[in-house]
Amino acid sequence: MTVNTAKYTATQDLVDLYNGNLAMWEKDSPEWMNAARKEAVEHFQKLGIPSSRNENYKYTDLRKWFQADYNVYPTYVERDMEMRELFKCNVPEMDTALVLTANGWYSHKNKAIALPEGVIMGSLAEIAQSNPEVISEYYNQLADNTNDPLAALNTMLAKDGIVFYVPNNVVVEQPIQIINMLQSHEDAFATQRNLFIIGRNAEAKIIFCDHTMSGHRFLANNLTEIFVGENATFDFYNLQNQHNESGNLTSTYVKQAASSTFNSNVATLHGGLVRNNLIVRLAGEGAEANLSGMSLADGKQHIDNFLSINHEVGRCNSNQLYKNVLDDRSSGAFTGKIHVQRDAQQTNAFQRNANVLASEKAKMNTKPQLVIDANDVKCSHGATVGRIDEDALFYLKSRGINDKEARLMLMLAFTHEVIQNIRVESLRDRLDDLVEKRFRGEISKCHNCAYRCG
Amino acid sequence: MLKIKNLHATIDGKEILKGIDLEVKPGEVHAIMGPNGAGKSTLGNVLTGREGYDITEGEVEFLGKDLLDMEADERAKEGLFLSFQYPVEIPGVSMVNFMKTAVNEKRKHQGLQPLKAGEFLKLMREKKELVELKSELANRSVNEGFSGGEKKRAEIFQMAMLEPRLSILDETDSGLDIDALRTVAKGVNALRGEDRSSIVVTHYQRLLDYIVPDFVHVLYNGKIVKTGTKELALELEEKGYDWIKKELGE
Repeated sequence: MTVNTAKYTATQDLVDLYNGNLAMWEKDSPEWMNAARKEAVEHFQKLGIPSSRNENYKYTDLRKWFQADYNVYPTYVERDMEMRELFKCNVPEMDTALVLTANGWYSHKNKAIALPEGVIMGSLAEIAQSNPEVISEYYNQLADNTNDPLAALNTMLAKDGIVFYVPNNVVVEQPIQIINMLQSHEDAFATQRNLFIIGRNAEAKIIFCDHTMSGHRFLANNLTEIFVGENATFDFYNLQNQHNESGNLTSTYVKQAASSTFNSNVATLHGGLVRNNLIVRLAGEGAEANLSGMSLADGKQHIDNFLSINHEVGRCNSNQLYKNVLDDRSSGAFTGKIHVQRDAQQTNAFQRNANVLASEKAKMNTKPQLVIDANDVKCSHGATVGRIDEDALFYLKSRGINDKEARLMLMLAFTHEVIQNIRVESLRDRLDDLVEKRFRGEISKCHNCAYRCG
Repeated sequence: MLKIKNLHATIDGKEILKGIDLEVKPGEVHAIMGPNGAGKSTLGNVLTGREGYDITEGEVEFLGKDLLDMEADERAKEGLFLSFQYPVEIPGVSMVNFMKTAVNEKRKHQGLQPLKAGEFLKLMREKKELVELKSELANRSVNEGFSGGEKKRAEIFQMAMLEPRLSILDETDSGLDIDALRTVAKGVNALRGEDRSSIVVTHYQRLLDYIVPDFVHVLYNGKIVKTGTKELALELEEKGYDWIKKELGE
């Protein structure tokens, strides 16, 4: 190994970092991953790090987040984390299988978890070598490298991440909890690439917990491709709780076959900059996507959820419910694109984005974008940006509940509507609890929940 | 118990209360009647501490303390209660959790331990029965999807839970059919006592058949212009408010 750290400040630096260390980036990756890199680097060079001039990143200029001396990890680096500590901290009383990644890499400390026969859960780098036939035809089929710079950057630098494969007709009862940690002795940039393939009539649930384990400045650019087979059901939950000097960029690309169901829920409690791209293709008749999310932000946090739902065929349903509570000088953005393509008749597409500004300085930009090219369609969208409901507040206070407690009750009620969509009870309870602690400013010291929230 | 002296209040610079004087002694029930826009609801709001009003003159003493100096929640903890004309729906806040918080906040204020879960549930059950509130309503979010009558019943239920010293019932009869009215009145009457008082704000005499007042006041144009006993309510019902306006020389 020659270099495992490198420094850069901008688009060209990243391109140079790639071109100048080509052998290292390509090492141990199969030809089809490296072929994807070659294309991606060209797209990335052309697109550049997104600035507000990029319409899709209008409210989130990423340039300043990339202007830092991060270290990158093109090879696996063992991290000094105690597995026991993490196990102790996992969602309590929750029967989950636990998997760790560190700075984008599948941890070598992971132990095999009990899964139904035929199910594969493991490292992308490893499975690309050992079972390429399972994943090669899916890899990089959904990521929009041509138009999205974060996707191109991920494809360019992707070395490892999680592969989850569920064969046809297999139900994975136990939710799988994947803890994505950022841990380092220096400021770091991480790239993680995940690929989930859920077979016909299969069912599974995955919980991502994104955490920082040291106080360094981090930037993560993660991408997940998800294929949900015919009549399959897949739940994907993401708890984001990184410290406020870190940036978390996630891109999730989903393709759904006929009669499949995809449920997603992202809860952002901490994180300096969070940008979640969620692109869903409803590609088979009768598919349904239920997409929800909520964030609590204060300080100078910035949370941006960008959704693009494509109704490619008829008789599909999509529901979006996103809520934000923004305090101090924090800011938020929501974009909800719905594209109903020609002939995608009998489409139901609903979208709601509700936001509470808890301070004068907090800001929210919300933008529904509906393009409807079919005529037999039910679509609705609603966006609200408001202050706390003064009538409700007075009602609670008039019963003897003090101002602080009354506000808390209203905020919890506001966010609970999103949390209640989660279909793992223990996670739901855990989130209600975490959200309350977050509002009270007493987030748990448990490593798994938050560490050194700046 | 309550002494209001020369109370003036404005909202957005417009004077609504123009010098209210009223004294409520322990055990008394006072009815306040008057035409729309007289300031009846404003009086309830100002007394219970809703924001948005400016008190430009006057003072209010409640159980020997300066009421206007207290926050809304403190007034409630001291024993003041407002039954809202339009109870607010609060999706996501359960009635149970709401009442548990309110009851225990008040107990804390009184230097008492919070109720144990079992004690609290027992109290809930008793009070629900008193106002014939359906159990399923108590298990829902606060007022969410309740009918008009159910909301009023839920107000009296909350009043029964909190056992206030002074209750202000703001148009509790509006939107109630006669059966609901009887039940609500039964709840209110059950809570009457030597050291408990009520101010019943109403448009119609009908409620006063069930909650019999000791005094009836006519609020008109921000002032109490006439005070009598329950017979005054009957007279108002019969003749309307025009004769009062004439008496005032308008």
